[in-house]
Amino acid sequence: MIALTRRYRFSAAHVLSSDRFSEEENQRIYGKCAHPGGHGHDYGLEVTVTGPLDPVTGAIVPVAELDALVRERVLDRLDHRSLNEDPWFRDAVPTAENIALSVRGELEAALAQRGAARVARVRLHETRRNTFECGDES
Amino acid sequence: MSDDRRVRLTRAIEFSSSLRYALPGLSEDENLARFGPAARSHGHNYRLEVTVAGVPDPATGMVLDLKELKQVLEREVVARFDHRNLNRDTPWFEKQPPTPEHFAAVIHGLLREALGDLLHGVRLRQDEDLWVDVTGERKPAP
Repeated sequence: MIALTRRYRFSAAHVLSSDRFSEEENQRIYGKCAHPGGHGHDYGLEVTVTGPLDPVTGAIVPVAELDALVRERVLDRLDHRSLNEDPWFRDAVPTAENIALSVRGELEAALAQRGAARVARVRLHETRRNTFECGDES
Repeated sequence: MSDDRRVRLTRAIEFSSSLRYALPGLSEDENLARFGPAARSHGHNYRLEVTVAGVPDPATGMVLDLKELKQVLEREVVARFDHRNLNRDTPWFEKQPPTPEHFAAVIHGLLREALGDLLHGVRLRQDEDLWVDVTGERKPAP
């Protein structure tokens, strides 16, 4: 199997708290991440695609095309934004887990429209110490 | 579309330890002959990457509270090994040398006890050029 991974970056703000919980509960569950003014991260986003090589381009997905797709579907949507305002997180807390799952769902849908390539894995680096991934194991 | 909602979360910590490769019953010269310079006291800046896996809780959006994971790593790993001598200050390397393979297996066993099925695996980096991955059910060596 051949897989290609491309790394992207975006910067976004979020607050981790849920309407389902009281202020005290949010504070207990999310700690400093629940600070009402919000905080932010420089996220690193690794997108891994896999699939047959196109005989013409020799690529799973031409990198320029992958870049355009990720920019349009994900980076333009999240970069320099407040994640809590995004419809993805209307009913879900914008934890890194939920960001990774939403990004994978979005890119899966986008890739399914264009051909055989699929998203093998999405890995989201929230800080140098914390990384989240969903999809196939590497 | 994939309906696998499992997310793997990796948290990294760093700690430093001193160690030497030596077996009981071997003389200094025999240890040196077997293990080379690693038989002499030396140290490493370890980086440990611990991966837990699960479906995020629908209410909190989290696989595991990172604060809780941090506390477990502090208690199980940092408190035991950071700025300690692995041979003298821990019980695991009297009969086996603290190679990264053995050390990673010991840490994996400790974290398996503490985290149960949430634990997906550990990667222990001894330096930038060498690391060991342990997944599965391995228990600490006796």
